[in-house]
Amino acid sequence: MGLENQLVGDNVLVTSLTKLVNWSRSNSVWPCTFGLACCALEMIASTLADFDISRFGSEVFRPSPRQSDLIIIAGTLTKKMSVMVKRIYDQMADPKWVIAMGACSSCGGIFKSYSVVQGVDQIIPVDVYIPGCPPRPEAVLAGLMKVQEKIRTEKLDQRPDFKRGLLR
Amino acid sequence: MDRKTLMELTTIANTICEKCPGSVLKETDHKDIHEITVAAQSFYEVMKTLHGDEEFGFDMLTDVVGIDRTPRTPRFDLLYLLLSSKNFTRLVVRVETDEGQDVPSVSNIWHSANWAEREVFDLLGISFSNHPNLRRILTWENFEGHPLRKDFPLEGKDFDKPFDPKTVEDYC
Repeated sequence: MGLENQLVGDNVLVTSLTKLVNWSRSNSVWPCTFGLACCALEMIASTLADFDISRFGSEVFRPSPRQSDLIIIAGTLTKKMSVMVKRIYDQMADPKWVIAMGACSSCGGIFKSYSVVQGVDQIIPVDVYIPGCPPRPEAVLAGLMKVQEKIRTEKLDQRPDFKRGLLR
Repeated sequence: MDRKTLMELTTIANTICEKCPGSVLKETDHKDIHEITVAAQSFYEVMKTLHGDEEFGFDMLTDVVGIDRTPRTPRFDLLYLLLSSKNFTRLVVRVETDEGQDVPSVSNIWHSANWAEREVFDLLGISFSNHPNLRRILTWENFEGHPLRKDFPLEGKDFDKPFDPKTVEDYC
């Protein structure tokens, strides 16, 4: 006697919790309103009607890190700014993802310099790197889709917040 | 704008020479950019005259520029970019200074000199006497060295090691 035999009508779907949670998370990745340099303008352009990031459910740029799931590090990260970026990332509630957008935030870019952090992955864990200087809005959307792909395929117990015991 | 209201460089130089004798070492006029080089010991006096004297009225200090001229001695050049809103005249005042030699601060004459001189101090390590708040302004407080000096390596210290934000946390 299976459960499906007991259910009457066509109004019930059966799925695993992981799939359901990942599906809903991946289609509402809300980014943090945060930009550092010229990449931020391309990030803003990707939200406008021509490119329309809301097709992927990410148009709601939150003004508070507490409400956002994704932080796009868009631009050159100086050592002086790194403290603030770390603080914003720490303030974001789990689950959270990070995109390093552009050459500067991925590896320092053209700034092989005393004042620039050579890649944000020295400070916070990065999920997706977007190459380009700056990347076009299409590349930002491609990066976002990579994040969605990652969210959909991950197991809940593989998430860092689960490992830290926050989901138990 | 009436060209007649502009002050001629020779007029400026001669008037300064009258008020502070022997202070102007050189005067150049390159493509209508008036520049005078003044002696370090009479620098403050000249600046005070340029600001306070009715004839000049240089009431605005646009910027302070420092140049590292290694291996020349004295090592540094300081340029003060002045504007007179009375005569619509711009003037560049150049003074030469060396390492460990204090330059009198002009921040009590023009308030804009406060941050401009802090920037020169931060990036070139020229110290200003009588400055109200001579601290670093662009880099952080425990930063070592002065980045715009010729002998400063572009990558700075510990470039090959991973960066830890804790090293700058308390100083930003």
